[in-house]
Amino acid sequence: MTMLPAKTEKKLGLVIDLDTCVGCHACVISCKGWNTENYGAPLSDQDPYGADPSGTFLNRVHSYEVQPPMLGRAAAPDAQLIHFPKSCLHCEDAPCVTVCPTGASYKRVEDGIVLVNEADCIGCGLCAWACPYGAREMDAAAGVMKKCTLCVDRIYNENLPEIDREPACVRTCPSSARHFGDFADPDSNVSQLVAERGGMDLMPEQGTKPVNKYLPPRPKDQLARREEEIDGLAPFLAPVASEAKGFLSWLNKTLEKL
Amino acid sequence: MHPAPSVIFFSTFSGLGFGLLIFLGLGMPATTGFNAFIFLAIAYLLAVGGLISSTFHLGHPERALKAFSQWRTSWLSREAWCAVAALVLMAVYGAGLVFFEQRWTPLGVLGALASLGTVFTTSMIYGQLKTVPRWNSPLTPANFISLCIAGGALLAGQIVPAVALLALAGAIQIATWLRGDSAFANSGTTMQTATGLGHIGSVRAFEPPHTGTNYLLREFVHEVRRKHAHKLRIIAIMLMAVLPVVLLLLPFNHVLALFAVLAHVGGVLTARWLFFAQAEHVVGLYYGKR
Ligand code: SF4
Ligand code: SF4
Repeated sequence: MTMLPAKTEKKLGLVIDLDTCVGCHACVISCKGWNTENYGAPLSDQDPYGADPSGTFLNRVHSYEVQPPMLGRAAAPDAQLIHFPKSCLHCEDAPCVTVCPTGASYKRVEDGIVLVNEADCIGCGLCAWACPYGAREMDAAAGVMKKCTLCVDRIYNENLPEIDREPACVRTCPSSARHFGDFADPDSNVSQLVAERGGMDLMPEQGTKPVNKYLPPRPKDQLARREEEIDGLAPFLAPVASEAKGFLSWLNKTLEKL
Repeated sequence: MHPAPSVIFFSTFSGLGFGLLIFLGLGMPATTGFNAFIFLAIAYLLAVGGLISSTFHLGHPERALKAFSQWRTSWLSREAWCAVAALVLMAVYGAGLVFFEQRWTPLGVLGALASLGTVFTTSMIYGQLKTVPRWNSPLTPANFISLCIAGGALLAGQIVPAVALLALAGAIQIATWLRGDSAFANSGTTMQTATGLGHIGSVRAFEPPHTGTNYLLREFVHEVRRKHAHKLRIIAIMLMAVLPVVLLLLPFNHVLALFAVLAHVGGVLTARWLFFAQAEHVVGLYYGKR
């Protein structure tokens, strides 16, 4: 059913910390691995070893350079490089679901996860047109729409050790930049992170109400603006006396006259 | 957006076919018998041919029947219903015209309404997409419907209405282009909102996530050179509206009318190509493109 539920019991999703992501792409690889071997059609590659390789991914990491504005006549502040993982945000008001003509796309009432029933998908691609974030990719081999499932086949999977019952990307991230939890619970780890760090929505003006939140990067040190303090040890090395006195002063003057 | 030939042909030809069905349903021209059969055959060839070509871009055309299920929310599903309703109603009405020399007027009017509904629902598939600011406007349905009716009048040989409707369609086409050119900038979606990093400073795409291309770039990022687009617009408007109007205003002659139809179809195809090729999806921002 492509009518969106008025409310979901839980709001499962991710917090992605742009401050700690190091851009290693480990989440990209673990996602592709898990989702190729498990639920649904595998994530195919086309011409993987040839001249024009491409393939289906549910999670991709972009990198952006952000240039803070010049303030007054100070030197231009340093630009910041930010790694930016992006996957389905499991939007509350998911436009990808309502456009689907077949009912293949749906949002689960119990936990808010947005899924595609691949047996019903006709591969029209409309849902990918409706998603502002590029979170859906049509698999070129299977002809059906693929998207992040929030590892629905891991998080409830009692065959896995408890520590592994979270999305593969979260489990694998070496810098703990990804967190998984229930946003409907104000005391959950993810809700608290969002409250503490000012978690934000992507493209809020599109009205999709994303569940996933991004934690903004902390500002970078601005060395160029504080040249005088550039060396942490400089204050300790400053000359204690600038003018020589007594014997040294006499020596100094005498030597200079020679 | 990637200008897929199947979708361009579908929307152009089925638009013309349903346009002709609208006029036939309203009894313009009021033909029956073999003459009516010829008109109906042309309309069905265009409408059904367009619909069939649209299934070429599906990943799983064999499951197309499932597309009827979600009419409550999906314009594509509503389009499927309208198209079937129009084709069935007009087939029964057409049988009356061709075999019984009878005009079942209420049926024809319903068929005309369903035909209009089909073109409207098609246009709303694009018009409701917030992700493509150029399309997200009432001008999109106005553009599709005005072209459908003008083309229908032309094919139905309704000279006087056709001249007026062609002029109107041309005017709406120009308005659609003019509004569309600033739509992305006016939408409020920028690289700063896409990344949420705007509070720090200006954002530039530094490295894409992959060295090759992908589905998103193939489907949504298509850059047309401004100069080319400008020339194509002039060609489109000349062919779709100006030339047919001039030809229709000359003393009537079947060859000239045929040229008017061909010019119109060529113009609409060009405009439809531009409709897709110039439409920029907001996802391009993540790649530093539009
Ligand atoms: S991120 Fe895209 S695919 Fe995921 S729920 Fe939102 S609109 Fe749908
Ligand atoms: S591609 Fe599949 S899931 Fe997406 S809108 Fe079409 S039928 Fe629905």
